[in-house]
Amino acid sequence: MNQPRISLSTQISITAFTFGAALALSMQACSVSPEGTASAAQPLAPAAAPASPAAASPVARGEHLVLTSGCHDCHTPLKMGANGPEPDMTRMLSGHPDTMQLPPAPAATGPWIAAVVATNTAWAGPWGTSFTANLTPDPDTGLGRWTKETFIATIETGRHEGRGREILPPMPIPAYRHFTHDELEAIFSYLQTIPAVKNRVPTPLPPAG
Amino acid sequence: MDSMQRRGARLFRLSRSRSAAALVPALGLAGLALAAVAPTETIPIRGPAGNALEAPAENPQRPFPEKLSQTGLFLPGNTTTIAPGHLEYSPQYPLWSDGASKRRWIHLPEGQHIDGSDPDHFRFPPGTRFYKEFSFGARVETRLLEVSDSGVSYATYVWNPDGSDAILAPETGLRGIRTVDDGLRYDAPSQSDCGACHGGRGARAVLGFDALQLSSDRDPLAAHQESAPKGAVDLPELVRRDLIRNLPWQLIETPPALEADTALERAARGYMYGNCAHCHNGEGALAPLGLDLDAAVGIEARARQRSALIGAASRFVLPGMQHSLRVAPGAPRESVLAARMGSLSPVLRMPPLGTRRVDVDGLRLIEDWITEVAPSSSL
Repeated sequence: MNQPRISLSTQISITAFTFGAALALSMQACSVSPEGTASAAQPLAPAAAPASPAAASPVARGEHLVLTSGCHDCHTPLKMGANGPEPDMTRMLSGHPDTMQLPPAPAATGPWIAAVVATNTAWAGPWGTSFTANLTPDPDTGLGRWTKETFIATIETGRHEGRGREILPPMPIPAYRHFTHDELEAIFSYLQTIPAVKNRVPTPLPPAG
Repeated sequence: MDSMQRRGARLFRLSRSRSAAALVPALGLAGLALAAVAPTETIPIRGPAGNALEAPAENPQRPFPEKLSQTGLFLPGNTTTIAPGHLEYSPQYPLWSDGASKRRWIHLPEGQHIDGSDPDHFRFPPGTRFYKEFSFGARVETRLLEVSDSGVSYATYVWNPDGSDAILAPETGLRGIRTVDDGLRYDAPSQSDCGACHGGRGARAVLGFDALQLSSDRDPLAAHQESAPKGAVDLPELVRRDLIRNLPWQLIETPPALEADTALERAARGYMYGNCAHCHNGEGALAPLGLDLDAAVGIEARARQRSALIGAASRFVLPGMQHSLRVAPGAPRESVLAARMGSLSPVLRMPPLGTRRVDVDGLRLIEDWITEVAPSSSL
């Protein structure tokens, strides 16, 4: 098959996306303490697994699930550090930074249907533009007023609070709806213990035009 | 399947192992592609025990028969004559369902009655069934809700194109079962879709059957009002037949109607009650939103509805605005309520499920009401 000619802007997009994916892989090894002050200069040793997952407290279990399910990949914004992009743990799991000013997303080209910003927290595609949610327990801008039932219903149904609009891509609802109720409850109980960050994630945008 | 679907399907199968979390961002996009173009029955679902099932397995524990003709709604041997004991009724503020013609029946167990001591929350005896038939010319779907000791269960039946019978749909629902009415794709809801609306009020799962909806004082401006079918029961008729007891006597003496300053306000309040309040109320999971559009005959709800809407800041900000109001007095185009009702974008649309078309008449009613609303600090 002939290689298609690729424009410079497309090459940049490919690089950015590949970079993002590689970063996601490297982030699997990051250890995150509840204080959120992990030294981000190099990948950290994996967190020690609980002796027996069943014996761990729900919060500990939830932390383990959050670390292994890729939540930080999108819900903790990336920032540029001395050694390249790193998760900004001062904004741990608080979603797309509300201080970010974004130009319009680039237009889709053929099969290249989506674009992502450098923080990994805003995604534009055929659905419009989605921004990753604030999962911290801030009562006004995060999950502080949610109950575990609301959280479980959201993930299981793929709808906001179990009955609202559909959760937009790239949130991997098809995968996460396989979590058991116990696992979702553990994740939620862990999320309620992390530092509350006041960050009002923007309303998603409909597709242009 | 085209190449995008194939790629989506490959990525989707990879997602079954959690070690594939690194593919999460790409998976999400593939998930959209899959959800947008593939029917829902290809996605594994959860069974009632919380375990994933291979789709679309029939759950052997479901209590409902395979065919609608086996439910008792019709006389044995046909699917045209409604069996005795099934009482037709018509709520005065019906739900918008893309213009479908709808018929509804209640079946009470023999010799039993409804407890109407709370006129906004009738208590139905275990075994009570509600049927709701949707037609676009021909019958397309009949939904069933059954009350039991422990709560309610839902089922939906999809009509054969020849109208001979209707078959129980899987718990995942069925998308695009038929194209009706000038190109509208019709979906049968999943169990979680049923729960999205019927579970939004805590224990009050039955919708459209209460003192206000069955009042004999029917709102002349109600959107999509249906003339009550011949032989249908309303509140006075239920009382007359001794099928409802303990109703506050004031409601028998004076048929309930929504309080309002104008006819438009009455109809708008009623529209929101019938179309929004099953999610947007003060008692269900969305109560923290502070958007209580419930209308009750037992409690004065008018002030509560108005304060939740008129001049109230909206958490959902319209594209291009810094701040938005749920209802901007006199300005329907700047009101989140009307803007979202008028949209079909997945991000904006309201209601978020259950319909594929904007309710043009309902929207006009709401916009006319907003135009009429004067900015006021007193309610």
